[in-house]
Amino acid sequence: MSKSVSSMQSRRNFLQKIVFNVFRLAALINGLALFIIIYFMIANGWKAINWTFLTQPPMDSMTKGGILPCIVGTLCLSIGAMLIALPIGVASAIYLNEYARPGPLIRVIRIGINNLAGIPSIVFGLFGLAFFVVWLEMGVSIIAGALTLGAMTVPVMIGSTEEALRAVPDTYREASLGLGATKWQTIYRVVLPTALPGILTGTILGISRAAGETAPIMFTAAVFFTPSLPVSIFDEVMALPYHIYVLATAGTEIEATRHLQYGTALVLIFLVLGMNLIAIIYRSRLRKRMQ
Amino acid sequence: MANTRQITERTMHTLFFVVASASIVMLFMIMIFLFMEGIPIFNEVSVKAFIFGKYWYPTSEPPDFGILSLIVASLSVTLLSALISIPLGILTAIYIAEIASKRVSEIIKPMVELLSALPSVVIGFFGMVLVAPFLQNVFNIPTGLNLFNASLMLAFMSIPTICSLSEDAIHSVPNSLREASLALGATHLETILKVVVPASLSGISTAVILGMSRAIGETMVVLMVAGGAAFIPESIFDPVRPMPASIASEMAEAPFRGAHYHALFATGIVLFIFTFLFNIVADHIAYKYKQVGEATL
Repeated sequence: MSKSVSSMQSRRNFLQKIVFNVFRLAALINGLALFIIIYFMIANGWKAINWTFLTQPPMDSMTKGGILPCIVGTLCLSIGAMLIALPIGVASAIYLNEYARPGPLIRVIRIGINNLAGIPSIVFGLFGLAFFVVWLEMGVSIIAGALTLGAMTVPVMIGSTEEALRAVPDTYREASLGLGATKWQTIYRVVLPTALPGILTGTILGISRAAGETAPIMFTAAVFFTPSLPVSIFDEVMALPYHIYVLATAGTEIEATRHLQYGTALVLIFLVLGMNLIAIIYRSRLRKRMQ
Repeated sequence: MANTRQITERTMHTLFFVVASASIVMLFMIMIFLFMEGIPIFNEVSVKAFIFGKYWYPTSEPPDFGILSLIVASLSVTLLSALISIPLGILTAIYIAEIASKRVSEIIKPMVELLSALPSVVIGFFGMVLVAPFLQNVFNIPTGLNLFNASLMLAFMSIPTICSLSEDAIHSVPNSLREASLALGATHLETILKVVVPASLSGISTAVILGMSRAIGETMVVLMVAGGAAFIPESIFDPVRPMPASIASEMAEAPFRGAHYHALFATGIVLFIFTFLFNIVADHIAYKYKQVGEATL
């Protein structure tokens, strides 16, 4: 009897060990995928990157030269997007977290935000084309692209700001209100300063998200090639992600410009993952301090 | 004095409410403009012929606007990618939340996050220049740009969504449930499979649906990797042309406000409806089975 119990016990433990290794393997595959992608981009791309590549415009119908206009364009678009998404996102999050009471109204707003977050990026591109480019007559321009990207990043900003606001202990609010401050004074003087680092982290993530998007800017801001850097927000621009796509699929010499494609991809990865890494490290520090 | 303060209060309250409604306003505007530019195509083809038409030859004379093959392509890449991403995403989430030590999970979690941060065009590029030739050699097929390759790339784009949302759901299962199960003599594995996972099932389902919604709407990967043939696929190694790929690649050539242009917007409407349904279902599950206080099985 006791023998059969113990053999059953060891069988259960054995099974557990096997299954846990399957779980571990799954986690490992994700890490491996990330590693493989980054490894191949670095291995093939680092040779293309030099000072000329980063500071010169493309030359000889984009088969030589650098990617300066793309870097500038991507920075303009992603920072522009954030100038739009940050105020809307933060204000929405303040309303949802500080003012709103549970009820049908807030539920409708949340459904709206969730659905906005789920809309495919290409549909944002179509919307940007129909509304900003055509209807508001902005044309293919930085401003149209930034507005489209901004609309897309609003849900991201709401999410990260809400998380930052929730991390502010209620005792802070109660202390402020107890001293006779109004709700707005409490939010402005107590809650927002405490949540600021978290909001900042969210902003960095938002910029990096906007910088990597291609589909929303295809019809609204990006072009194959512009000889000069943008001087106004109504200029069309080149952008890193779009440049990769164009060189890899539609260029005149796809094979010959392969090194430029890898180089551009590496610059984009460096930009996006760099910002993410900063945000992740900063946030984990914040969480430790909070505890 | 008190009066100005009250006025400021009320103004700020209203102001924040107005801004918070912006998301809904944007959602409606997106719908309005999609429909405004997409509906005119139905003067030329019926809704039924558009959705169930097998032939997509928008530039021939006379043109054919049937998007069935695009819809089938979108659904098949999404389903195939889900077969890869659902097990991987959920297993990883369970590993991070229940099995891994704190130090290990603090390494894996940022990795999953970085995976989600990789720009889609980079994953598409990777699939195009490295995975496609590899598949072509290994399976000895005419092209590596096909349904399978696109699904594989899409899977790694939806894993982070599935993983992090499932992990949140698993974390919200109260510890007392785990302790009760362990105290009854269940092993760690039995506790996970019979207590923790069932208790967080609604959250995991939401995660899966949102992951699939991300896959069906993803553009750059299917644009660069799926092959682009507008036919109904017969094998997983056939090239396909999902809806987002069709919109992205043809819009530049479509004459402004011509039939082709309107047809692409109408394809956008179909895509929008798909993701909208996915999101409504996910939202409904999340809301209906929201955990209040102690979780119940």
